[in-house]
Amino acid sequence: MLQVEQLKKSFDGFQAISDANLLVPKGEVVAVIGPNGAGKSTLFNLITGHLQADSGHIRFQGKEITSMAPYKICHRGMARSFQLINIFSSLTVFENVQASVIAKHRLDQNFFRPAKKLFIEETLEILDSFGLFDFKDRSCSALSYGDQKVLEIAIALGSKPELLLLDEPTAGMSSEETRRIVNLIKHLSREKGLTILLTEHDMELVFDVAQKIMVLHQGKTIAQGLPQDIRNDKSVQNAYLGETG
Amino acid sequence: MSTNNLKLIENPKGKFNTYLGLGIAAVGIIVLLLAPGFLTQYYVYLLATVFTTALLATSLNLVLGYGGLLHLHHGVFFGVGAYTVAIVTTKTSWPFAVAVLLAPLVAALIALVIGWFCVRLRGLYFGMLTLALGQLVWAIVYRWNALTNGDNGIHAIPVPEFLTSINSVYYATLLILVISLIILYIITKSPFGLMLLATRDNPVRSESVGVNVKRHRLTAFVIAGFFAGIAGVLFVLVERSVAPSLLFWSESAEVLIMCLMGGLTVFMGPMLGAGILVLLSMVVGLYTEYWLLVLGLLLLLLVLFLPQGILGYLMEIYNKSQDKRGGN
Repeated sequence: MLQVEQLKKSFDGFQAISDANLLVPKGEVVAVIGPNGAGKSTLFNLITGHLQADSGHIRFQGKEITSMAPYKICHRGMARSFQLINIFSSLTVFENVQASVIAKHRLDQNFFRPAKKLFIEETLEILDSFGLFDFKDRSCSALSYGDQKVLEIAIALGSKPELLLLDEPTAGMSSEETRRIVNLIKHLSREKGLTILLTEHDMELVFDVAQKIMVLHQGKTIAQGLPQDIRNDKSVQNAYLGETG
Repeated sequence: MSTNNLKLIENPKGKFNTYLGLGIAAVGIIVLLLAPGFLTQYYVYLLATVFTTALLATSLNLVLGYGGLLHLHHGVFFGVGAYTVAIVTTKTSWPFAVAVLLAPLVAALIALVIGWFCVRLRGLYFGMLTLALGQLVWAIVYRWNALTNGDNGIHAIPVPEFLTSINSVYYATLLILVISLIILYIITKSPFGLMLLATRDNPVRSESVGVNVKRHRLTAFVIAGFFAGIAGVLFVLVERSVAPSLLFWSESAEVLIMCLMGGLTVFMGPMLGAGILVLLSMVVGLYTEYWLLVLGLLLLLLVLFLPQGILGYLMEIYNKSQDKRGGN
């Protein structure tokens, strides 16, 4: 579904991504891991068009999307959540997800229909499956950090993507909240058949949910494969697992 | 003021009861319909000026309050609208109605050109470019003697027979104001309006859920320009003359202050601000010629003590009292 080949990106002479390669097959959960500063978030930003690659290729569903505008990539069926909370701070929880659903249906340039009557069921269904139904009329800035992280993913789901990118979905969360996210990821993958690409620091989570793992080290893909192969890979142990104990 | 400050402003909506709002609007309109019966001609004229300015301020707020864009020179589109009417009626033999219809379109076209450049920039840079390009339009109007009559302006603009009395002008401006406000209100409540708030809150996220943020902002900019053009038509109906000072940046600053004064967060806020400032400038004008000094002091007090604007502040109190009643 997604192919990344020999991707390169530098910032002011610093080579953030020097040779990233990634294959995400349809229907699987793939995790990108690597130490801090390995370039995981940069890789995500390149894939979703928030950054422009210097060279290399990104193909989504067989078509080149390298350096395309983020909104166009979203239209093709890719949505993402962000590592830091990135929501519409003055809107209610309901409107946060509804805005995304409206954009998905390409009604964002419609002037004369009352917005509050649009896609109510579709929005509520998403809120419900994320356990946010009871907060729907609240201002999203009144939510707890954990709930905001969940809302972060719910907004992405509003785009009805085929490929969902999660950038550190559990960063800063308690173990209980993390479990909620894990269940959510499993639900989305198994019941909704979503293809998921995620980055994560929590190794337990990665080995729990991921069917494939890609290891990024200093901007370079050093290994890619099944979880057990990654666990036994010498170069990965040296570069990464050894470092963090 | 930076766009960061704008972001802190809560949503232009609230728990304010829709029916209560409609009720107040209905009473207000009835009072305004009857007003010429008990006001002197001068006050009728003054109210018509308030209507004109109110439409201008409300159109600016679509970009400023809802879009979160630091639009510093909205007066340009107002001036372009007014000049279009003036030029078409005095330099061509086209009917007056054509001039009136052309005015908002020309204003929107200029907004499209200026906006096309501005939406590529953010925050203060956006603001500076609106200012720079706006002043460019002012300079053209000021200098192009053959077309605009330069700094003399255009006076004694002919209007149709039925628009010669101040009372008929009053009703015409009121009617056009109400229709424009209804359309603007519907736009703020539309999917476009919701997404505009979303792009204000978080442009990066808006882009990732599939919104072309630049185009969205440009659309808002052009719509605001269109309605500023309509306000320009109203100005000509009321004053029957135009001058380059209409397009000068200080005019735009005053409109910006109206929005701030009434409150960017409430649809009716800029209208209240426009009413207060227009009437106040008249009253102050009776006593002193230092209106700008008074305006400056007002702005200072406003920014320090009432950053959410008068109507914004009242809505806050109202919402709090509703919360208490609801037992939250």
